[in-house]
Amino acid sequence: MLDSSIERAARATPPVVAKRIQGLSDRAIAWLFVAPSIFLLLAVNIFPLIWTIRLSFTNFRVNRPNAEVGFVGLKNYINILTDADIWQTMQATAHFLIWTIVLQVLIGFTLAYLINKKFRGNDMWTTIIVLPMMLSPAVVGNFWTFLYQPQIGLFNYAVGFLTGTDPSAFSMIGDVSLAPWAIVIVDTWMWTPFVMLICLAGLRSIPGSIYEAAECDRASKWRQFWTITIPMVLPFLMLAILFRGIENFKMFDLVVQLTGGGPGSTTELTSINLKREAFEKWRTGYASAYAVILFVTVFGLASIYVKALNKVKQR
Amino acid sequence: MTYFIKGLRGFRRGAWEMVASILIALGVFMLMQPFVLSMFSYSFIVTLVGTVMFIIVSHFPE
Repeated sequence: MLDSSIERAARATPPVVAKRIQGLSDRAIAWLFVAPSIFLLLAVNIFPLIWTIRLSFTNFRVNRPNAEVGFVGLKNYINILTDADIWQTMQATAHFLIWTIVLQVLIGFTLAYLINKKFRGNDMWTTIIVLPMMLSPAVVGNFWTFLYQPQIGLFNYAVGFLTGTDPSAFSMIGDVSLAPWAIVIVDTWMWTPFVMLICLAGLRSIPGSIYEAAECDRASKWRQFWTITIPMVLPFLMLAILFRGIENFKMFDLVVQLTGGGPGSTTELTSINLKREAFEKWRTGYASAYAVILFVTVFGLASIYVKALNKVKQR
Repeated sequence: MTYFIKGLRGFRRGAWEMVASILIALGVFMLMQPFVLSMFSYSFIVTLVGTVMFIIVSHFPE
């Protein structure tokens, strides 16, 4: 006679354990299984969050653990939100965010549109295009630093070759006006494949019958593109924009490796600035308030992201 | 538009989620705009209101 796996598991349970569990309801047993995960979640995610919120109302400094911690109310928040330097940092982040999203969406969609056409070596090209996304940001930052070298950098040489300027006449990561663009170029190079993959998923989800119907109605390719392709891919594009927006708002590793926030503070993004406040100036309470502001912003954006994701799922 | 206003009056999820999303987007814009410092100062409260509103209204009926 064949036993079911449940019956076999019931027989294998030691009598002592079986006796204890027998008295519990299904709901209680379910809670018993879920409890370790909930406990871990509370310990790793929720507790540090609540602790950070608590610290944001104090003048605590982690390098002075024995000093008396005073409650300062909303002072940290007011100081941050009236600080012109932090406002400047937000603008540097905005420049980075807007240009990376614009370039990644434009190039990513174009690549997806081209890859979606059937041609020889299609899969090989997809793999090659996706490669930068698989690299570590530290590695990318490191080798782009070499590519941007004024004397030996391949990037400078290529620009010099195309424009006729002297390659050593400009420094992408040393020039105040060029450094913000240097980080935009690297992030675009690295993350355009991700946007391309999302767009490709959107393009492949469009049924061919819609295009066939449009052909029957003698709609031109241009009209098909604007009335079928774009509206059908739009939710996927929105998803890519929100995802990249949230990720780039938190950007840290790549930029630290490339420019370290310099020259001056031209490429000092919010995450880099926050790290300086917390672990160089040791203003823990102030940095906690700063972190809470960034958290609320990212959480708000993530809420919209989840809503957009559900809409895409419903399609 | 009428559907949207009816949704607001009837405490429907879609309409209120739209209002919360607009507030969040406005807060993020105020946080990053390069024009007026006072807009930057009030950006956090706008984003916070939008985010809390989003959490509450996501429990409203469809």
